[in-house]
Amino acid sequence: MLDDLDRRLLRQMQSDPALSVPELAELCGVSVGRASRRLERLREEQIIKGQEAVIDWQALGFAVRVSLRVTLDKTAPRAFDDFLSAAREVPEVIELQTFLGQVDVRLHLVAKDLPHYQSIYRQRVLNLPHIADIEALMTVSTVKMDMDLPL
Amino acid sequence: MIEIDATDRKLLRALAEDATQSASALGRKFGLSQPATWRRLRRLQESGVLTRQRLVLDQERLGFGVTVFLGVKLATKGRVSLEDFERAVSAIREVQTVEHVLGLYDYRLRVVARDLADFERVLRRRIMTLPGVGNVEANVLLSEERRPGPI
Repeated sequence: MLDDLDRRLLRQMQSDPALSVPELAELCGVSVGRASRRLERLREEQIIKGQEAVIDWQALGFAVRVSLRVTLDKTAPRAFDDFLSAAREVPEVIELQTFLGQVDVRLHLVAKDLPHYQSIYRQRVLNLPHIADIEALMTVSTVKMDMDLPL
Repeated sequence: MIEIDATDRKLLRALAEDATQSASALGRKFGLSQPATWRRLRRLQESGVLTRQRLVLDQERLGFGVTVFLGVKLATKGRVSLEDFERAVSAIREVQTVEHVLGLYDYRLRVVARDLADFERVLRRRIMTLPGVGNVEANVLLSEERRPGPI
């Protein structure tokens, strides 16, 4: 089980994953040795699975972000598997999620501009198998995107 | 906007998987000198492509068993300022992401909770009471994968 120190360490690391161990120790008010032993344990137990760089697609020239909400034709026996493996082949797809609810699958994709989006949508997305319905939400602005857990 | 070559792409892919790799480790992997790697990383950072890191935690073992995507429609557009809604929704700790979107909904939220009962509490007490909130659609996340994207 996690104690108060684990939580404090994870909270600090969530807000800035690039912090060094001495910086973390100081922020949490413990010795460097104690902080580094805790971090080692959290990594060993796979509570901390790793650290990823977040790519800013806009800075790379992908100005358009679209969330496609897909309903699948569930009468086809392999609808989910077929759809997901075909969707993985579309390079502009950056996230794939499956849901319980009105929406079955969500694809998050990036495109350089609207003509580029239109060509991906027509040539790649609409050719994916077993689509019953599809709806697009275009991102106007990102208000919050920290993905932190409320520890 | 920054132009990137095949080597930059490899560096971005590697860092998106593990951001803790040093310039020398990345250089060895891709046959670059350490200063050359460092210059490339510096350029990617300065252009805004690589600015953030994300700590990857085992969400379930930390007690957050449920993730829900909400589509929120504002009821009284014009009377409620978008800024007020955005400020209030961003302050909710369980709300991880807030995107202003065009389409069927006005906002897309990602919400984490301990379980469905906890989610219901967040929905009723925190989200349904936000200024101007109208129709809300919920989809419970079953699975998720991130793709490397167009690099």
